[in-house]
Amino acid sequence: MIRTLEQGLAEAGSEQIFSERTGLVPLATRPALTMVAALNAALADALDTDPRVLVFGEDVGTLGGVFRVTDGLAARFGEERVFDTPLAEAGIIGTAIGMAMNGLVPVVEMQFDAFAYPAFEQVTSHLAKLRNRTRGRLGLPIVVRIPYGGGIGGVEHHSDASEAYYVHTPGLRVVTPGGPADAYHLLRQSIACADPVIFLEPKLRYWSKEPIPADPGPAIDRAVVRRAGRDVTLIAYGAMVGTAMQAAEAAAADEGWDVEVVDLRSLSPFDDATVAGSVRRTGRAVVVHEAAGFGGYGAEVAARLTEQCFHYLEAPILRVTGFDIPYPPPVLERHHLPGVDRILDAIARLQWDDRA
Amino acid sequence: MTPPSSIQDRVDAALPPSADPLALIDPDGHPTGTAVLDMPPDQVLRALHRQMVIGRRLDTQATALTRQGRLAVYPSSRGQEACQVGAVLALREQDWLFPTYRDTVAVLTRSVAPAEALSLLRGEWHCGYDPNVCRVAPQCTPLATNALHAVGFARAAQLKHQDQAALVLVGDGATSEGDTHEALNFAGVWQAPVVFLIQNNGYAISVPLAKQTAAPALAYRGVGYGVRSMLIDGNDAAAVFATVRAALGRAAAGRGPTLIEAVTYRVEAHTNADDAARYRSAAEVEGWLARDPLRRLETYLCDRGLLNAAALAQISAAAEQQAAQVREAMSGEVDQDPAELFAHVYAQPTPALAAQREFLLAEIAGEGDRP
Repeated sequence: MIRTLEQGLAEAGSEQIFSERTGLVPLATRPALTMVAALNAALADALDTDPRVLVFGEDVGTLGGVFRVTDGLAARFGEERVFDTPLAEAGIIGTAIGMAMNGLVPVVEMQFDAFAYPAFEQVTSHLAKLRNRTRGRLGLPIVVRIPYGGGIGGVEHHSDASEAYYVHTPGLRVVTPGGPADAYHLLRQSIACADPVIFLEPKLRYWSKEPIPADPGPAIDRAVVRRAGRDVTLIAYGAMVGTAMQAAEAAAADEGWDVEVVDLRSLSPFDDATVAGSVRRTGRAVVVHEAAGFGGYGAEVAARLTEQCFHYLEAPILRVTGFDIPYPPPVLERHHLPGVDRILDAIARLQWDDRA
Repeated sequence: MTPPSSIQDRVDAALPPSADPLALIDPDGHPTGTAVLDMPPDQVLRALHRQMVIGRRLDTQATALTRQGRLAVYPSSRGQEACQVGAVLALREQDWLFPTYRDTVAVLTRSVAPAEALSLLRGEWHCGYDPNVCRVAPQCTPLATNALHAVGFARAAQLKHQDQAALVLVGDGATSEGDTHEALNFAGVWQAPVVFLIQNNGYAISVPLAKQTAAPALAYRGVGYGVRSMLIDGNDAAAVFATVRAALGRAAAGRGPTLIEAVTYRVEAHTNADDAARYRSAAEVEGWLARDPLRRLETYLCDRGLLNAAALAQISAAAEQQAAQVREAMSGEVDQDPAELFAHVYAQPTPALAAQREFLLAEIAGEGDRP
């Protein structure tokens, strides 16, 4: 039976925001899933457990989303919970804000990174600020899902890494999973979060596959050491976590470097303790992201770590990023995106010869 | 998922607005005798009049406070009282108002405390009132963005099967913004219980309506979106009340949204910092003063024996008393706790913000120490 919103609200009997990490375990034991399927499962479980949750956007209903992340949800939960909207991104986020003001928890989809830009004013002037403007009287527990980044042969406007625009806006949380398991848990945590969350989904990893553990793992705002190592810290997020892991394995096999990989997960707020802790242990760090380097997120990471870890550093913190160019056409994108070799080259430049 | 509107409602939504603005009371205070709108009951007209007198007095008071440096800035709505008061008194208790920065009189009419309503313009905090108390969203500065919030709010009421509607106020300039069009479109598709009231006061700061649109009237904006559209005399409080009241009732009954263009005039400059003489003539302003919304209703009520000199004196005294309360509330020094800057950025302060808070407090504590 489909649970109507009205009925569900009566069952829940409370307008309170769920505290983080409460009731967020997966509703079923799940074998290896793709990231698309993991995100779909997270949305389904959130819709199932919280009657205030709505899922809407362009093509998310009948079609199930252009990447099929919302596949089957409209049929299962009904068109009052999961629905298509007119094709207008400011309209989607602007109306989500009004719905959240009236007690609902919208999870909206921007179809592609660059297609989210029409909603920029609603995001920066309202989504990020309403809690502050009203001194906590009106919070906006909204999740904005954005498939982002390149590497899938997308034509123009389908491959932007747009995280820097959002992290520069206080009041927003910006998170991105590196793989399917984290995609499930991070999305559940984002939906349960009382703050607005920009949820960046790395398109390149949509079809990667792994089991989804029942343990929700770290909280929404924590970074994770994905691979322990002694010599150098690779700091990555989103699609680049996988690339950094490959680079770490290659470094161990080819050069004998013992590389630690930190998956940031939460770009804002930044988990200073975990990341600085790693860099203090290794004394060397490389930040990897696919967005342009100039004015990019890696600059913030490098600056913070320099401020916090200066006396532990054996070498300047380096960045491996996309070039400072508009996102290239598909036949050239492999030259733009950081790859294993470029990361290994950066590690090689970390002044190893100076080591006493 | 969208409630079925009747065929008649759909036909209504496709019709252009009236050629001329609808009015119940003409500029001289005489009933127009129109059968299109229902004249509100006498006690409603008296309530409208009383709130308009008070609203105008508070508006004048706020402008005066800018000259004394007590308010950073004030966008006056003098001349627009029929819209501000007529629309707000048409709201039911459970409905929500989505105002702009020029709608302070509307916010006050909804009974937000003046000191809280003026907090924004005093530079004290971005929104000084709790929106949940009077069901008034924060006064919105980015043009037309509040229209989408109202549609979303109304959509949520519809999904929750709540008897609740949203009223959003926008200006003529805001109808050129994309958000107005997206809001009308979403409202039409969802048949959301929302009413759009455009206060067409002739100018977007300095830019006249003729440079804003080529349409015969802004009310035509609704037709293309399947939203019922009406053009009314915005200086006739009876017409504003009757139109908004009926539209809210229709909306809440699942009969779809309404767009109302109310033709009015901004008698003062954009704000106290603006010089209107640079873009409009004194003769034009004089012409509109002759169409004053307050005098119009007052004449109508006095002619019908519903108001007299004694009653007017009492209303005036009540307005003076409220103005004095505003002066009193604004007389003290603005005293904000700097620690508040970090309190409501996120639901829980982040470690980084907690550190910045400590940094600022230490800096303030040490301010006296420096030579």
